Amino acid sequence: MANLKTGDKKTKAQSMGMHTEVLTGKTQQKFFNPDEAENFFYWGTYDVDFNKRTELDVKNMECKEANNKIDSLMSEGYGTIVIKNPQGKHSLGVGILNKLNLIFEGSLGYFGAGSIDGPMVRVNGRVGWSCAENMMAGKVVIEKNAGSCFGAAIRGGDLVCKGSVGARTGIDQKGGTIIIGGDAGAFTGFMMQRGRIIILGDVGINLGDSMYDGTIYIGGKIGSFGSDAVESPMTKDDMDWLKRKLKVAEIGENFDVSKMTKVVSGKKLWNYDALEPTEKKGAI
Amino acid sequence: MCGIAGLIHRGKSSNVGEELQSMLQALKHRGPDSTGYALYANNDGQNFILRFKVGENVGEGSSSVNEDESVYNERKKTVDKKLSELGAIVVKDEKLTPYSYRYEMKFDKDLMDFSKAIESIESVEILSIGKSLELIKDLGDATAVSERYGLNKVQGTHGIGHARMATESGVDIKSAHPFWGYPFADVSVVHNGQLTNYWNNRRLLENKGMRFMSECDSELIAVFLAERMRNGASLEEGMKESLSGLDGVFTYFVATKDSLGMAKDTMAAKPLVLYESDDLVAMGSEEIAIRSILPQEIDTYDPFDGEVKVWQT
Repeated sequence: MANLKTGDKKTKAQSMGMHTEVLTGKTQQKFFNPDEAENFFYWGTYDVDFNKRTELDVKNMECKEANNKIDSLMSEGYGTIVIKNPQGKHSLGVGILNKLNLIFEGSLGYFGAGSIDGPMVRVNGRVGWSCAENMMAGKVVIEKNAGSCFGAAIRGGDLVCKGSVGARTGIDQKGGTIIIGGDAGAFTGFMMQRGRIIILGDVGINLGDSMYDGTIYIGGKIGSFGSDAVESPMTKDDMDWLKRKLKVAEIGENFDVSKMTKVVSGKKLWNYDALEPTEKKGAI
Repeated sequence: MCGIAGLIHRGKSSNVGEELQSMLQALKHRGPDSTGYALYANNDGQNFILRFKVGENVGEGSSSVNEDESVYNERKKTVDKKLSELGAIVVKDEKLTPYSYRYEMKFDKDLMDFSKAIESIESVEILSIGKSLELIKDLGDATAVSERYGLNKVQGTHGIGHARMATESGVDIKSAHPFWGYPFADVSVVHNGQLTNYWNNRRLLENKGMRFMSECDSELIAVFLAERMRNGASLEEGMKESLSGLDGVFTYFVATKDSLGMAKDTMAAKPLVLYESDDLVAMGSEEIAIRSILPQEIDTYDPFDGEVKVWQT
């Protein structure tokens, strides 16, 4: 079982720029107290071997049974798990706090790969609403289309959809990068607070509505801007980063990023960065 | 939260009753209170199919008041008498449950006057009139309703259905979906969502002579579309007008004798997954509804906000 020792090193979340403020009370910060590091285990993590591969047919399984089976296979050291016949079932591949290659040979329903921290997930199909919700780290690649609320409230990692996505993509996003190869629906980036969204195609109405912070890059047409979302000049850094990111994401490698529109928060509605740390907690 | 499903075969018929049953049963978790079907069957097209109820199912969970079956029988006799007075010739009548009937009849006069006359009888509601539409709704899940009415053998081209979780009105048949597009033959509607300008619209439409049978907000969509079509709009035009005329969150399906349409509100707040091929369109609130009839890997997508689509058989 992997042992997450803290010591003087920053936690993963701290090194990614999150949890910068000192939190009090019963929080994860207290849980990560370096004095208790020797006794601390990151629950639900296993030492896995990526070369150890297996297949799991979930055709006749409920989602709970399938998720328990994935956990059981990780505990046996399997680092590459191929899921057969997901057939649009909900909540598959959720809560995985581990390095893992997880491949779905088919489409997922709602909440697929939600609340994950670390795995590489590939879906050779489509996903329903709220895919990868609350993802902390890792990479999720969807080969076809995705439903609404794609990447809701993610904190980190890369979330890629090669097709088109529904409404409210990246709603309440707090970090990480969402990359869409096709079009996106209304309210993309709604109330986002951190992170980046890249849409190579068109977006619907109310783009970036009420966004606190973060950056949205649009390659196609914009239906309309939401409240407090404003256009910002593209810089060389933006373009260099976009080229690198699109290459890693396996889409749009030859896309002309210089023609993209960059959208940020006007910070008229709520000047988030002017707040004291304790106020930030209250605001969230 | 409710579940809706619909499918249309293009250029051929299929066992739409069984297919829609599978799709709605997969959505049972979204709405366990009642289930409704609007099936467009391979009838001969000569006679009208009249489906009506004379009372409510007062089974477990029902919000209706219990009535003696003899009351239902008396109402049925009154309906028969009224039909005769209106000039309708009943060529076949079936008693499906103590409270619901299916008649085949010959009739060539105004359907609105006809409907008003029949529904003037206490507690009698016309569920549907059409030459291919078979509209069935009752308490229970998709399988229970299908078995009660023998729907799993219905051959046809298309259909829409609804699994209802009652929120704004009672658990009874009159509030269940689909809703007939009174007074248009063969028009039906199912809806997932909430409409927030129901009462304003209802008052306006009632002043224009339209009728509401329930206090379910979803009925407004059927009446709204019917009123637009009555004034000359096509189905698709009426649906596009509904995007601004109806306030709230909604995804709805509407079907006519040879078409199936969907509309999604401008905030895309309610789910819909769509599969489209050359010979079949299938759609539902969740992908598992479509997978219940197409288990193989298929390409599906979510229609965008404010999208309206109509397909022909």
